[in-house]
Amino acid sequence: MAGHAQEVDAATAWGGDGSPFKLSYGKQMMWFFLLSDALTFGGLLCAYGYFRHQYDSWPVGEEVFNAMPFLGNGFPLLYVALMTFILIVSSVTMVLAVEAGHRLDKPAVIKWLTLTVIGGFFFVGSQAWEWYHFIHGSHFGATLTSEGWATVSSLIMEGDIVKEVSLNFGHGKELAGAEALAVYDPHAATIFGANMVQNEYAPMIPQFANLFFFITGFHGFHVLSGVVINLIILINVRKGVYDKRGHFEMVEKVGLYWHFVDLVWVFVFTFFYLV
Amino acid sequence: MVRDDLDRDHAYSVGANHDEAHGVEIRKMVWKVTALLTAITIVEVLTGAFVKQFTDGTANSIWPFIKWSFIVLTLVKAGYIVLKFMHLGDETKSFKYVLLTPYFIFMAYLIFILLTESSYWNTILFP
Repeated sequence: MAGHAQEVDAATAWGGDGSPFKLSYGKQMMWFFLLSDALTFGGLLCAYGYFRHQYDSWPVGEEVFNAMPFLGNGFPLLYVALMTFILIVSSVTMVLAVEAGHRLDKPAVIKWLTLTVIGGFFFVGSQAWEWYHFIHGSHFGATLTSEGWATVSSLIMEGDIVKEVSLNFGHGKELAGAEALAVYDPHAATIFGANMVQNEYAPMIPQFANLFFFITGFHGFHVLSGVVINLIILINVRKGVYDKRGHFEMVEKVGLYWHFVDLVWVFVFTFFYLV
Repeated sequence: MVRDDLDRDHAYSVGANHDEAHGVEIRKMVWKVTALLTAITIVEVLTGAFVKQFTDGTANSIWPFIKWSFIVLTLVKAGYIVLKFMHLGDETKSFKYVLLTPYFIFMAYLIFILLTESSYWNTILFP
């Protein structure tokens, strides 16, 4: 229809002034982006649920994730609870930054946004440690005994002779003493830590580690981007970009993204660690 | 096209600004929600750490109840984050529906597929 485009005079055409949702364009588009991102995460978590129900047994969160930095094992869920708490707190400081922005209180926005960025860095760092620990695995790894796969909790050898061994089969089943010695073979296949092919937490289920890496990794990447975006906005706030506009809506928009990251973690926390 | 959010004194963006008195109210709400979210997380972690899913390879009979309460608590937390922290509760009704309706329809479909196509439906729910 080139050349035949009809001119519509301004009085007839709808000027487009006024949003039906009473929102600015940027904020509405941030919500639409978050909707699509929520569908992505929803799809990933559904894939996780699907694989999980394909198998009769699945590793128990409190047994796999029970280590604390510098303290070793025996602290079920404590570390991940700490990570969750850090993310919730950084979400709170973000709400307070947005609220300060609505009062045009620039020093308060800078204060709360800085704390949000620090909280974000703490979370990313915690996740890095969590991954390191997950990939590195336990000291003795998991080994194939005559009763099936088990993690070796402790092992005392004298030369080639096994003096003492205790085995953890997961799902609360443990063996020690003579029973453990009877099923343990020091030359059997052993897996240390986790990679995309095999993992010691569920030697028969490579998808356990794959889904862990993909979903927590995808979420961690969101957190990292969020920290970078928050940092850029923080620099803009300091430079006075939003004073000139007469509103701090940009802080509100990145705030929406940051809360979304927290929201996703709430679900990851439940489905990976709790249930 | 001019980006409306870059306008100085853009009506919707400036309309979101509020005075000191209103700010006090909002901050009070924020601390209340924080306390609630923290309390829920602490309860979840303590339950998860102290109630064993399995003892000696045998499943704990009250675990299904605990599992479903975890999921319900998670949805409560998610509701507070979306409605209070992200202020979706303060947006217009039409905008809430525009966002939530497609999401819930699509998620209901995905959850239905995952339950029926995995073994959950036939071996766990209706053995």
